[in-house]
Amino acid sequence: MNINTTKVISLLFFIFSAFYLYTAYQIQVFAFDENAPFNARTFPIYLGYAGLFFSGLKLILPDPNTIKVQHKTLEYKKTLILIVIAIIYGATILKVGYFLTTSLFLFSSYYFLGERRWVLMFLLSFPFVAAFMYLLHGVLDIYLRDPFLQSVGVMG
Amino acid sequence: MIEGILIGLTTALTLQNILMVMLGCFFGTIIGMLPGLGPMTAIALMIPITYGFDPATGLILMAGVYYGAVFGGSTSSILLNAPGVPGTVATSFDGYPMAQQGKAGKALAIAAWSSFAGGTLSAIYLLFMAPSLSKVSLSFRSPDYFALMILGLTAIAAFSSKGQFLKAMMMVVLGLMLASVGQDSLSDITRFTFNNMNLTDGISFVLVVMATFAMSEALTIILKRNDPTSAAKQVSLTELGSIKINKEERTKMYKTIPRSSVIGFLIGVLPGAGATIASFLAYGMERNIVNDAEKEKFGKGSVNGLSAPETANNAACSGSFVPMLTLGIPGSGTTAVMLGALLGFGVQPGPRLYMTNPEIFWSIIMSMYIGMVILLILNLPLIPYIARILAVPKNYLIPLILFFSITGIYVMSFNNFDIYLMIGIAIVATFMRLYDFPMPPLILAFVLGGLMEENLRRSLLLSNGSWEFLWDRTLTACILLTTIIIVVWHLYKTMFKNNKI
Repeated sequence: MNINTTKVISLLFFIFSAFYLYTAYQIQVFAFDENAPFNARTFPIYLGYAGLFFSGLKLILPDPNTIKVQHKTLEYKKTLILIVIAIIYGATILKVGYFLTTSLFLFSSYYFLGERRWVLMFLLSFPFVAAFMYLLHGVLDIYLRDPFLQSVGVMG
Repeated sequence: MIEGILIGLTTALTLQNILMVMLGCFFGTIIGMLPGLGPMTAIALMIPITYGFDPATGLILMAGVYYGAVFGGSTSSILLNAPGVPGTVATSFDGYPMAQQGKAGKALAIAAWSSFAGGTLSAIYLLFMAPSLSKVSLSFRSPDYFALMILGLTAIAAFSSKGQFLKAMMMVVLGLMLASVGQDSLSDITRFTFNNMNLTDGISFVLVVMATFAMSEALTIILKRNDPTSAAKQVSLTELGSIKINKEERTKMYKTIPRSSVIGFLIGVLPGAGATIASFLAYGMERNIVNDAEKEKFGKGSVNGLSAPETANNAACSGSFVPMLTLGIPGSGTTAVMLGALLGFGVQPGPRLYMTNPEIFWSIIMSMYIGMVILLILNLPLIPYIARILAVPKNYLIPLILFFSITGIYVMSFNNFDIYLMIGIAIVATFMRLYDFPMPPLILAFVLGGLMEENLRRSLLLSNGSWEFLWDRTLTACILLTTIIIVVWHLYKTMFKNNKI
């Protein structure tokens, strides 16, 4: 059986809108604001109904030209690896520091995407990040937290 | 106005601002050339850097990136038949056949001159139109603004991509929902935070832009790298041929450029429309205007067919600044990103901008002229060298885009939660892109969410809770009627014409 993915997304959006609407009704407002023409929950309530309306229409109206995605040709594995690397990068950037984590993130991303020119990979990671850090921190005066460089005495 | 022009010139001609225009144009041209990456990605990547400057300089840099990206998009359209930005799709109709005939250099030169002329002419239109419209828009009240925002969101949904109206409207609602997270602006009551302190201030605008554009575009490119339909055709990037334009070709361009610039500018001014629609309309109009002999050449390397969309898409860029600068309501996804950045600077664009911050208002307009000259210099003699950037392997490009995105969020918040949230939104956005859910309506809605709620609040409080404010004033009623016509027309097409919506 062929499942129309657009309809599935619309159904998910419909459920999400219902949840949003329920949460909107739960927003606590001040007692004196309860019967005011407009309070903190008014706009979200309208949005919830709008979400139900449009996703509901998409669900019930015909969709003759369904978009078909050729999943076999999609690179799920490499995309997932990149996402995992990005999550690890996000998890370590504050504790380890900008320079080391960013350089390793770039180097490993190049590697997992199939690059094997080691010199170019190195140049476009460690020295590149150092130059970019200098631009942000040194020239544009944008603060960059880096415990690693502080521990080795490079950054004050 | 003369005083304003002088203020603008003084600001735009400082060494720092000229440098920013040059950098913006250069960076924009390069990003615009790369298939799949558009001006919104380029501007999104620039936002964290602009916060190191004053608002005028920041906006000049972003404007440079914007028209640089549209300008650069034509290069990949002509050389690879793979438009870097949607606004240059029509350019490939005649630009690519011309390149296949061994006249790639000439095609690039025609595109460069047409873009220059289109951009310059529309900057002149903007110069005269923006202050007048600012004065008119001073009479706008909250109900008018609310209705105008509804119209803008509906229009961008209608024009964002053919046949995707309902999907785009769902993205509009999603954008408004994301904007409602955090403290209510008046009562400070927290909404949809689920007791998470990181969400109390709401979701950062830069985070949403980075996630839905830069990051999700990078992920989409990786995901589709084996897709045979998206593979770019390889042509020689080293032998582009002569860039000289002969007298006959020049004569054709003299006729095409003025009319295409007018149509491009007017389409750019309309909320929701933009460079893409402008270029297609100009192309269609040109094909109808020219004689039968010239009409036969369309699609096979026609000078008019190349010049018209290139003029129009650059003219539309300037036109899209009109609603943003004069009403504070962006007309396109790209200007929505710029509006968000301006709000980040603490500057409120709108009818009073040219009185409260004349240096910003006028310097943007003045910097456009400088930008156009710089773009011409970039695109003519340097094009054989810049074109080689098209050969940059995606193995390097994608990690660098992800790096710029994550760095952008990191330097703004120093918070792991924001990085996780950005990755999460990017994954959802990538998945939705696969099924043609357009992202520009989401961004426009996210930027307008706060303003829309504020104007609805004022309108409802003034009318004591009655919705009559929507038709009390003629202006509000007219704007609302236009919105209803757009919605009804698209719903009619679904139900009775069996079209995909």
